Amino acid sequence: MSKIFVAILIGCVFGFVRSRVGATNPKYIQGLLRLSRLHLMKTILLVIGVSSTLMFAGLMTGVLDAGHLGVKTAHAGVLLGGIMLVVGFAASGYRGGTGRATAATSRKGVWFFVLGGLAAAVAFMPSYTWVASTGILSEWFGDKVTLGAIAGINYPALLTGIPGAWIGIGVGLVLIAIAVALPNALRGHATVNSDGPADGRLA
Amino acid sequence: MIFEGILWDVVDPQTVVASPDAKSGYSSPNAYLNKSGGKCAKFVANPINHSFVFVLALVAGAALSALLRGGVSREQRIMRKIWRVNFYDAPWKRYLVAFVSDFIVLYGARLAGGCTLGHMMSDMMQTAISGYIFSAGAILAGIPHRNPAFPSGGLVLCPRSLSQS
Repeated sequence: MSKIFVAILIGCVFGFVRSRVGATNPKYIQGLLRLSRLHLMKTILLVIGVSSTLMFAGLMTGVLDAGHLGVKTAHAGVLLGGIMLVVGFAASGYRGGTGRATAATSRKGVWFFVLGGLAAAVAFMPSYTWVASTGILSEWFGDKVTLGAIAGINYPALLTGIPGAWIGIGVGLVLIAIAVALPNALRGHATVNSDGPADGRLA
Repeated sequence: MIFEGILWDVVDPQTVVASPDAKSGYSSPNAYLNKSGGKCAKFVANPINHSFVFVLALVAGAALSALLRGGVSREQRIMRKIWRVNFYDAPWKRYLVAFVSDFIVLYGARLAGGCTLGHMMSDMMQTAISGYIFSAGAILAGIPHRNPAFPSGGLVLCPRSLSQS
């Protein structure tokens, strides 16, 4: 029951914050893809950087248990899936999980977005056997690989010789630095007129 | 995925069955639900679990935020301005694009075994290679949006009237 309570609490907070930072707004998502509104990218990089740094610091000091970690297997489907996600984001202005949060903001189009997702899930389950037979889900570099070896768990590591915790903290600090250094936009905003050609070149 | 599994199980009760031999205690004739020792099958059999409840709570949290902010304007709720320019006030086109788009998004998420939250945030945080590979795919797909040929930032949107500010 405590797990369910935590899921409710964290889920609510997560959805609330996602809405507040604009992650449920198609305008900001498409601005992110156009590089004309980068606050979401800065936020995401900052979150990953801070989380990574704190988590690995916690693991080194023994505050956190490495048994709670859980990573996914890398394969061609991960790369293809990443491509497909952004194609879908760009076309609709909605993201996957965030799209469900957007549904709560009463944008009507998002309910058709959600239905499309349900249709995809229904289509994926029976097609899974065929997808797996193509080899696209065959693991790359081994099962559940991390950059460095993390003490306390047996995930294989790509880099040897450097403790995984230090790599994690280093990567985290780099992501924080990138988040801070990124400007709010790398190109101007696009505005909608009634006439005129489109021009997306940098000002 | 859990929701679809639940619906499927309602239609066909043999979709998920208790199985003492399975690691999770549940199995399914569907290969996807049955993988990892029946992990997904267990979620379908017991929907009140951390993952499913988390997603429902996420929607509730966003709803609360929207409510406190006074909601979204009626016009925006039906169709945003940029879609009006492209689809001339034809909501059905917008809804069709939205449907197909999330089909692509969710199928891609299933192929990848996770979405931006699972791969970018969670896996990259743990320095998992899968997170970096996913991000590489996302960046690759995003390149057309930085091309002047796609000034709107949308593959579908080829705006007849969009200018740079």
